Amino acid sequence: MPRTVEIRGRSAAPGLAAGPVFTIGMPAGGATRDPAGLTGDDLSAAIAAAAAELAMLAERVEGEGADILSFQVALLEDSALTDPARERIAAGEDAVSAWRATLDGEIDGYRNSDNDYFRARAGDLADLRDRVLGHLLGVPAAAVPAGAVLVGEDITPSRFLAMDWTKGGGIALSAGSPTSHVAILARSRGVPMLIGLGPLDAAGHRTAIVDGEAARLILSPDAAAWAALEAGRAARDERAREESEVLHRPALTADGVPVGVFINVADPDELAGIDPATCDGIGLVRTEFFFHGRGGSPSEEEQLAAYRRIVAWAAGRPVTFRTLDAGGDKPIAGLTIEGESNPFLGTRGIRLSLARPDVFRLQLRALARVAAEGNVKVMLPMVTIPEEIDAAAALLDEALAELGREGVPARRPSLGIMVEVPAVAVEPELFARAAFFSIGSNDLTQYVTAAARDISAVAPLCDPAHPAVIGLIRRVARTGAEIGRDVSLCGDMGGDPAHIPALVRAGLRSVSVAPPFVGRTKLAIAAARTA
Amino acid sequence: MSNEAAGQVLLTHAVGLHARPSVKLTKLAKTFHSSIRLAANPEGPWIDAKSIVKVMGAKLPQGSRLHFHAEGADAPEAVAALIGLVNRDFDEAPADAANG
Repeated sequence: MPRTVEIRGRSAAPGLAAGPVFTIGMPAGGATRDPAGLTGDDLSAAIAAAAAELAMLAERVEGEGADILSFQVALLEDSALTDPARERIAAGEDAVSAWRATLDGEIDGYRNSDNDYFRARAGDLADLRDRVLGHLLGVPAAAVPAGAVLVGEDITPSRFLAMDWTKGGGIALSAGSPTSHVAILARSRGVPMLIGLGPLDAAGHRTAIVDGEAARLILSPDAAAWAALEAGRAARDERAREESEVLHRPALTADGVPVGVFINVADPDELAGIDPATCDGIGLVRTEFFFHGRGGSPSEEEQLAAYRRIVAWAAGRPVTFRTLDAGGDKPIAGLTIEGESNPFLGTRGIRLSLARPDVFRLQLRALARVAAEGNVKVMLPMVTIPEEIDAAAALLDEALAELGREGVPARRPSLGIMVEVPAVAVEPELFARAAFFSIGSNDLTQYVTAAARDISAVAPLCDPAHPAVIGLIRRVARTGAEIGRDVSLCGDMGGDPAHIPALVRAGLRSVSVAPPFVGRTKLAIAAARTA
Repeated sequence: MSNEAAGQVLLTHAVGLHARPSVKLTKLAKTFHSSIRLAANPEGPWIDAKSIVKVMGAKLPQGSRLHFHAEGADAPEAVAALIGLVNRDFDEAPADAANG
């Protein structure tokens, strides 16, 4: 058995999984044919088989996944792709290396694009290359064992959706992104997922453990690793038992002060399987998600349909939508401004929305319409000066007036702000025209410490427990209490039990956390004291 | 008999000529007998508008000007149809997009 290898990365979805290793797109093992004897006709047959398989898959998925699949089918049907490979074969090359070389040339072209959207298509072509190679070499395509750990560079949404995750299993990627569609789906379906593991060579390893808690992949685990997995599972079960006792009760501190616990969501699909009675409402809906997808901004009706599902789920509990927070670490092709020297200090959040009133107007109309159907609030990200609230409020009033003239039911949601720019946290009373404050602790910490979370050399400086950050939170909480504005916090800090005591002492009485963290947050609150 | 036609149109689609619009464009181009070429620049390089590999591979961003050149019996109809598709934003009206 190969030696145990442990690789550290980042966790995109928590949890523990162990299973057989399945390398995504590497049809090396199990080849039933000798590459040397393969001809151009074999290649044509393999391409036709791969195209048929993709067309079948396209019928089972929707949205962007279906778009990508039909794009892949169209590529396979294009002689501009197959002719160069056939020419190579005619010149004496074997079919496998001819196809691989042709596709790798195309893939490089996409990988080198300076546009995020086109760069992401490199994965679609790599998937195509490997599917055809699988058919060419006679590797059975659907050979993913139940409960497998999928290892590879990246994974397409269609691949994720085609898997049966009810038998367990996990994902370990050398690249990947925590904000990708697959990462969001993995979190909501409880599939542990690791990203950023760096160059991965799983060859020869038959089993692996994906540890989404400690952000590590263990290939060919030894007895100690299996024991640690069992201990981790036992601890998780024990935690789940403790959490289940507090999950359905309102959170109270040890000295009896109520603290609201809300959830953060991005995609209505995430809400499936979550009991609304376990939280006090939704403290943050990240609307960026709806603007990714097919590359264009969603229409008003598309936004409304998605917002409606979220508000209906909440069944009367408050739902706070954050208007589009694109830019910074969340670029959206065709919308955010490319090439800014420092995107974190550039046109992001409300700055971008005010610069793109055409896009903002549709979102405000959709939000005003869904506000007629539930307890809806709207908050503005990256507010820096009070006039930005006025400008957004004026656009909201215009949208309401339009809807009124059209006879479309709408209601004015209360309009609050994110507190994440230090300028606001230092002088919150200047922003009293906001109906409520929600502290974005991730960005506030980055801006206060001038250290980015994703630059490992300075990441330790980016500490939300820094007294300056806690001091600003205390200031916002106190000002909110004085002027009668609700104050919540919706960054990662709220879902980290280690920070709860300091937040409660700082006067915070509401947090919004990722859905899987509700239980542990309530437990941490129950152990904390306000003074 | 050879018949030539040319025309140009501004690409306003968000992102640019991405997967879905590219597939639509090449599928429409294939319905014509004429050979149809496409370029972002009147000086070229010109690419085959019926090839998804070439069209998508050009990675044309939003704001590109698309130049079409067709040669064949139905050249004028081909150029008009392709320009129409781009002008209609690839028929991705809200209702269509919601179904897609």
